[in-house]
Amino acid sequence: MTTTAEALAGSRETVRVSPVTSPSRGARRRLRAFAEAVGLGMSGALALGILWQLVAMKAHDVPTPVESLTALRHLLAKPFYDNGPNDKGIALQLRYSLQRVFSGFALAALVGVPAGFVFGSSRRAQQALNPIVQLLRPVSPLAWFPIWLVAFRNAPQAAVFVIFITALWPTLLNTASGAQSVPRDQRNVARVYTFGRLAYLRHVLLPHAMPDIVTGLRLSMGLAWVVIVAVEMLSNGTGIGSFVWIAYNAGDLAQVAAGILVIGIVGLLLDFAFLRLQRAVTVAEVHS
Amino acid sequence: MSLQIRGLNKGFQVERAGWQPVLRDLDLTVEPGEFVALIGHSGCGKSTLLNLVGGLLQPDSGSITVDGVVVKEPGPDRAMVFQTYSLLPRLSILDNVRYAARAARPGRSRELTDEISERYLTAVGLWEHRGKRPAQVSGGMAQRCAVARAFAVEPRVLLLDEPFGALDALTRAKLQEQLVELWSGESETEVVLMVTHGMDEAVLLADRVAVLAPPPGPSLMEVLAVPIPRPRDRRVLVDDPAFRAAQRALADLLERDDSAAA
Repeated sequence: MTTTAEALAGSRETVRVSPVTSPSRGARRRLRAFAEAVGLGMSGALALGILWQLVAMKAHDVPTPVESLTALRHLLAKPFYDNGPNDKGIALQLRYSLQRVFSGFALAALVGVPAGFVFGSSRRAQQALNPIVQLLRPVSPLAWFPIWLVAFRNAPQAAVFVIFITALWPTLLNTASGAQSVPRDQRNVARVYTFGRLAYLRHVLLPHAMPDIVTGLRLSMGLAWVVIVAVEMLSNGTGIGSFVWIAYNAGDLAQVAAGILVIGIVGLLLDFAFLRLQRAVTVAEVHS
Repeated sequence: MSLQIRGLNKGFQVERAGWQPVLRDLDLTVEPGEFVALIGHSGCGKSTLLNLVGGLLQPDSGSITVDGVVVKEPGPDRAMVFQTYSLLPRLSILDNVRYAARAARPGRSRELTDEISERYLTAVGLWEHRGKRPAQVSGGMAQRCAVARAFAVEPRVLLLDEPFGALDALTRAKLQEQLVELWSGESETEVVLMVTHGMDEAVLLADRVAVLAPPPGPSLMEVLAVPIPRPRDRRVLVDDPAFRAAQRALADLLERDDSAAA
């Protein structure tokens, strides 16, 4: 009897021990998976670099990776210098671009989120607005540039409004889809307890639509960052897009390649920030 | 004064199936202080009736009055508890109760509403859990919160749509007791109208059980009185002949309806 009892106690002991060891084993496995992912990512980049090098050796206009990285290093070494309108440091150019992106983006959020609420909550509003939205949505935001130029007679301001158009549609449509999907039982609660407009907005609509709103904002930001480069190339003034364009006109493709890398890194950081925001919102939803 | 339903008709346009009458010529009077259960096979319109009384739906013809006032829309004289709890997921337990009570009773001071919210949350044993979100509590606790929310409005009529259907038997029994205690105790609520699937629940809780029949024919098949004095103790009632008789009568009615439908 005692032996079985001891055996039982012993087995219980092992059961109790195993969960203590498993997290560290899990951590080790996760570490290995992470190392593997990093390794594969680096070998992918290396393969692209080799391919790039081969192309650059054949076509002499194309800068080599080393030339491009050197150009990038020079850019990052003096990011804030300012030698007049056509020659500014990369950080200053980025600041122009980011300012325009955030202005247009904020404007789009200011208009798109409330409009999305109306669009998603009222069938009549949806029927009234849907044809316009569906017609304008597939139009490249760049096509609006001439109109805004005429309207503002100012290229940077026109660029902000191109970004506004860019960011408007994803923000509006995602907000609308969030607003549309408020569950019937939550709407019934609001009706039975006679929630006013404000209480409905604050306690039902906004919380429910929040994950979709953030998704829309993230998509908008991604598109805005893509479009700003093109607008600035067209407007020929300041910003990262015109930086690339000026470098091209100067025949300095290494500079262009360095610009592309900078644009990519900033875009990545922006997306990462919104991804974090999106996760924060969705996790709160799951736990709520 | 009471809840009066007169000549009520309600149908729905169903795609491909055409017009479906759901409630036909329904008359029902619920007296002050009365607890009435609505029972019947699915599709007989129990929940539709409750939504009509709640003001979420409009009748095609006929009228519903509470204390002589015709029901046109939701109002603070009636509060509802839904089968799915229907708590707002982003709000804490406390905020679910007090925001609903504030919205339903805008004329009442905030302090009073908060005090009443605390009273009912305490009564259902949730005051310690007031900071939690609905997803962080069990189904039973969520439904207790929904019950507290309804009582915090201090309605004249409490409407319950299968409130305990999704709960396990032990939790259900406890909640049934709490509900009757709140209703018969301190609350302002006089009339309870409860949709249920459970014959035992109907007989245990209600003063009268309204048995609804599916179409065609009139909606109200029969109203069965349950002449058992309160307080009712479920453990004692099991052996009570009156309780058994009421159960049998109800079962017979539902079975008759079943064979008629088939």
